[in-house]
Amino acid sequence: MEQMGLNLAKFDKVVALAGNPNTGKSTLFNALTGLKQHTGNWPGKTVTRAEGGFEYRGVGYKLVDLPGCYSLLSASQDEEVARDFILFGRPDCTVVVLDASALERNLNLVIQVLEITDRVVVAINLMDEAKRKGLAIDTRSLSHDLGVPALPLVARTGEGIPHLLDAIAGVSNGETRTSPLRITGTEEFQRAIGALVPLIEAAVPGVPNARWVAIRLLDGDARVEQALLDGTLGDIVERQAEPDQRFSHKIALQGSQ
Amino acid sequence: MEGAAAQIVHEARELRGSLTAGFRDEAVRSIYAEAERLARRAVRREGQAVWDLDQRIDRLVTSPLFGIPVMFIVLAVVFWLTIAGANVPSAMLATGLFWVEARGVDLFEAVRFPWWITGFVWNGVFRGLAWVVSVMLPPMAIFFPLFTILEDLGFLPRVAFNLDFLFKRAGAHGKQALTMAMGFGCNAAGVIATRVIDSPRERLIAILTNNFVPCNGRFPTLIMLATVFVASAFPPAFASIAAAGAVVSVVLVGVFFTLLVSWGLSRTVLRGEASAFTLELPPYRRPSVARILYTSLIDRTIFVLWRAILTAAPAGAVIWILGNISVGDASLATLSANALQPLGHTIGLDGVILLAYIIAIPANEIVVPTMLMVYMGVGMMTELSSLEGLRTLLVDQHGWTMLTAVNLMLFSLLHNPCATTIITIYKETLSMRWATIGALMPLVIAFVVTFLTASAARLLGLA
Repeated sequence: MEQMGLNLAKFDKVVALAGNPNTGKSTLFNALTGLKQHTGNWPGKTVTRAEGGFEYRGVGYKLVDLPGCYSLLSASQDEEVARDFILFGRPDCTVVVLDASALERNLNLVIQVLEITDRVVVAINLMDEAKRKGLAIDTRSLSHDLGVPALPLVARTGEGIPHLLDAIAGVSNGETRTSPLRITGTEEFQRAIGALVPLIEAAVPGVPNARWVAIRLLDGDARVEQALLDGTLGDIVERQAEPDQRFSHKIALQGSQ
Repeated sequence: MEGAAAQIVHEARELRGSLTAGFRDEAVRSIYAEAERLARRAVRREGQAVWDLDQRIDRLVTSPLFGIPVMFIVLAVVFWLTIAGANVPSAMLATGLFWVEARGVDLFEAVRFPWWITGFVWNGVFRGLAWVVSVMLPPMAIFFPLFTILEDLGFLPRVAFNLDFLFKRAGAHGKQALTMAMGFGCNAAGVIATRVIDSPRERLIAILTNNFVPCNGRFPTLIMLATVFVASAFPPAFASIAAAGAVVSVVLVGVFFTLLVSWGLSRTVLRGEASAFTLELPPYRRPSVARILYTSLIDRTIFVLWRAILTAAPAGAVIWILGNISVGDASLATLSANALQPLGHTIGLDGVILLAYIIAIPANEIVVPTMLMVYMGVGMMTELSSLEGLRTLLVDQHGWTMLTAVNLMLFSLLHNPCATTIITIYKETLSMRWATIGALMPLVIAFVVTFLTASAARLLGLA
């Protein structure tokens, strides 16, 4: 592996780093890119999208460090930055970084990410801390249950990074076949989604994850409705290709608390 | 396109009506159930946890009784180390840089440059830089590593935990404690950090009040005043402890105003209830030395210092020009300071201080050097590398009193944010209105508060 820092002139694949807050995404980002993204021991430290590059076996990767999020349904600005990129940034591989000592809570996000993409690698970080707490994690069985590669990691020391890189490479180029765990919901729900997806794809050509948009519409998410109505859904998609310079939107006080 | 979108939204609403009520709750519940099942299968307990020091520390650090006192003791220790440690290197840097200035002047005179080039370059631009570097670099090089250690240990979420009930009572978000803590480094960074707050109302409160914690650009001012005015009233052995105590008090006043103004906002223009949120208390982690040094010295110290230098050089030039262009028999600097004098006097300061604040709008870092340069005038090579010299200049030559020092501390704490922060507020809210309020509200508060303290002190015959 070669760290490429900010040199993003040429990259073949885009890899997103997602995960709950304070699970070590930025630490992994720094280890892979050689950059010095600010890390710290508190949830909420990364609020913007940081990008860096690395090369592995002759393939150039653009790595995108995202703010932490607990769920893809959240509403705060930093979590939205993460959510929008996972949904609309068309990453070739999404690495979901988990905290090994709080696996159950962290898995909620994994299941939600698996709902919308099958190009996922699960990195179970902070294995050292889990061990100190007397927890042993069977990553093999977890990998089997989730249907995507799940690997142990200690990002701070670099332990586990070689295997992780192999998994990222395999999922990005499609050599690794995944069969992600999907929680499908009721039959009528599936039918409703099936009816909406083609309509959305026709209205917003090239939108990734029409399925997610359909779910949100069925949920009655006012913001997604609004984005669809005023045509900003397409803008969100386009914005993901640009560096994270300005992505604030006007803080509106009406409607939301 | 618009028609199609409206059609989809309509269709979705129809479909939603046809679905069994609570279908999505069901889906969310099944996600949780699945996560629980997976975790049960994958995680195995192997004997006992090696030790639970974390919990024991947390019982103290987040206890209702000791939590807040422990926090302020930690803060006081950080400031004490900063003040005690920065004194000597600051003086050494000042001596060294003013020596360079004198040699520079000699050199320019030997080469027979016109007097105004020599003055502009060395007494203007260079002197501005020298002040900023010697006053700011040592405290920052101590404060930032200490702050980063606390950040890496996991101290900040505990602070938020302890202060949560206060913010809640003020109608603000508990995570505002985190964004407030980031404000100690830089208010612009603090404003960006408010993205962690999901409610727009509470986020705006956090943005508008971030300014009330002193950023590192203002710490040198506070530290200097604490050292010159507070510490000198104590025996040398206690001097730096007294100075640290004074700085902590100023920070407490800042936190008080943060809460007070948040409370006011949440009951007027930004009305609403505080929202609930979850906050994780991460395990304490051992900070890595290399990372601490990199983050605190390169990311923070050098970054801030560079910004200060970029603004100090032009400010030094402006002051030199103001000091050397005369209308009638007074320089522009004297004239504008005189014009501001009545207003300055009313709030317990003086015209020169207000002039310095106007010149320093781009960056708070240069307030003190600007002030000193106007006081000293140009061409007067007062040796100011010692604090005693500073005291003589301010008290004996320019009539400063304890009231001037206290009010300058308050003004520095409360006044308008720097230009960078104002621009950041605009970028984060995309609203001229909030950026304007963010700039003017603190300024008005600063004037009102200093006016009140000055009036009270004068009524009581203290000044």
